Amino acid sequence: MKPYLRSIKAKWTLQDYPDNTTYEAGYLISKNAGWRSIRPVIDTKKCSGCLQCYLHCPDGVISKRDGAVAIDYDFCKGCGICKRICKLKAIEMEAESK
Amino acid sequence: MNVNANTLNEDEFFYGHKACAGCGGSLAVRIALKVLGKRAVAVLPAGCMSAVGFNFPQLCFANNAIISTFAGTASMLTGIEAGLRAKGITDFVAVGFAGDGGTADIGIQALSGAIDRDDNILYICYDNEAYMNTGVQKSSLTPFGAKTTTTPAGGNVRGNLRPKKNMFEIVAAHGIKYAATASIGYLPDYMKKVQHASEIKGTKYIHVIAPCPTGWGIAPDESVEIAKEAVDCGLWILAEYENGIFSVNTKPKNLSALRTHIKKQGRFKHLTDEDIDHIESLRDSKWENGGQ
Ligand SMILES: Cc1ncc(C[n+]2csc(CCOP(=O)(O)OP(=O)(O)O)c2C)c(N)n1
Ligand code: SF4
Ligand code: SF4
Ligand code: SF4
Ligand SMILES: [Mg+2]
Repeated sequence: MKPYLRSIKAKWTLQDYPDNTTYEAGYLISKNAGWRSIRPVIDTKKCSGCLQCYLHCPDGVISKRDGAVAIDYDFCKGCGICKRICKLKAIEMEAESK
Repeated sequence: MNVNANTLNEDEFFYGHKACAGCGGSLAVRIALKVLGKRAVAVLPAGCMSAVGFNFPQLCFANNAIISTFAGTASMLTGIEAGLRAKGITDFVAVGFAGDGGTADIGIQALSGAIDRDDNILYICYDNEAYMNTGVQKSSLTPFGAKTTTTPAGGNVRGNLRPKKNMFEIVAAHGIKYAATASIGYLPDYMKKVQHASEIKGTKYIHVIAPCPTGWGIAPDESVEIAKEAVDCGLWILAEYENGIFSVNTKPKNLSALRTHIKKQGRFKHLTDEDIDHIESLRDSKWENGGQ
C-alpha cells in the first residue's frame, strides 16, 4: 500500500472535482525527481541490507530488494541522508546530469 | 511486539509529499504511520505536514487523513474517535501530527481538554522549534538564542530571549496515561514509543524533535544527525511518563559536544560564547533536576 502516480488529465471538468471535501487517498499526479541536483547511487556489492537508509529516508523512497535496497528515483529528492547514514559507504551522491 | 527496520511493514503511507529535502517532520510522520499501519486515521492541522501532504489533487497519505483547524488537532481526534466508536468500528488508531506552534501555542487548549477527558487518541507533536510553514516565526518551543523572523539577531538582541516551554512536563502534569519524548535521530526508540502508545487506551502524547533544514540553517543531509546530537549532548532528553512515574531513557553521551552542535546551525550562528554558556547552564540545571 502506497500512494501512486495516476495519469494526469489534460483538463479537469467540473465533474472531476469532488462535491464534498473528501477524495481518494494516495492520489499522486506529480513526481519530485526534478528537485534533485545530486542522486544517491547504491553499490549493491557493498550493501549488507542493514536497512538503515530505508528507515531514515524522509520520503520513504528506499525499498528492500533481493537482500539489498533500491531507490525510487521518481520521488527521491537527493537530500543525502541515506548516504550519511550508511556505515558501509555503499551509497555515493552523484551529480544529476542535465 | 518489538518493531525495527526489519519488522516494519513495507507499506508507505506518506509518499510523494512536497516537504523540503531532508525534512525531519516528514520522517517523523512517515515512521509513525508505518508503525501504526493502514488503520491509522490521521489528523493534521495547518502547518508544514498538512501543507506538503495535501495539495489537491496530489494527496500523499495512503491512509485516511484530514486537515484540521490550526487549533483543533485534539478536538478533531476526539470527534473522530467518538464517531468511529459510535459506528461500532474498533480497529483503528486516531493519531494527530501537529507542529510545535500547533501544539504548545494555539492547540494547547484542545489538547488539554482531550487529556482531561482521557479520550482514546494518540497526539504526536513534531517539534521543529518554530512556525516553519509561514516562514520561521518563534513559537513557545523555540529554544533560547534561536534566530527566527520574529526574534531576529541584531546588535542589541541576539535571537529568542525565552527558554523552550516544557510541553512534556505540562502534558504529564495532567496525569495523562502515557507521554514520551523522542528524536528522529533515535528512530528505534521513537518506533517503540509509538507502538507502546498505540496499545494503551486513553490519551497518549509523544513529542518528537524533528529538525527542519530550512529553518535551522543546516544542510538537508544533517537533520537526522543533528537530532541525534541534541540527545547526545543532553539538550533533548529522551523520557517517558506512565502510571504517574517519570523515567529517563538515556544519559547524555557527550556533554561537551554542545558547543559544536550549536555552532553547526545557522539559526545560532550569531551567539556569543556567553550565550552558549547560558544554553549550557539551562541544560545543566535540567539534568540536576533528574532530567525533569
Ligand atoms: C487560526 C490560524 N492562524 C494562523 C494560521 C496560519 N498558519 C498556518 S501554518 C502556521 C505555522 C504552523 O507552525 P507549526 O505548528 O510549528 O508547524 P510547522 O509549520 O512548523 O510544521 C500558521 C501560523 C492558520 N492556518 N490558522
Ligand atoms: S545503509 Fe548502506 S548497507 Fe545498509 S541497506 Fe542502506 S545501502 Fe545497504
Ligand atoms: S537522497 Fe534522501 S530522498 Fe533520496 S533516497 Fe536518500 S534519503 Fe531518500
Ligand atoms: S520548512 Fe522545514 S518543516 Fe517545513 S517542509 Fe521544509 S524542512 Fe520540513
Ligand atoms: Mg513548527
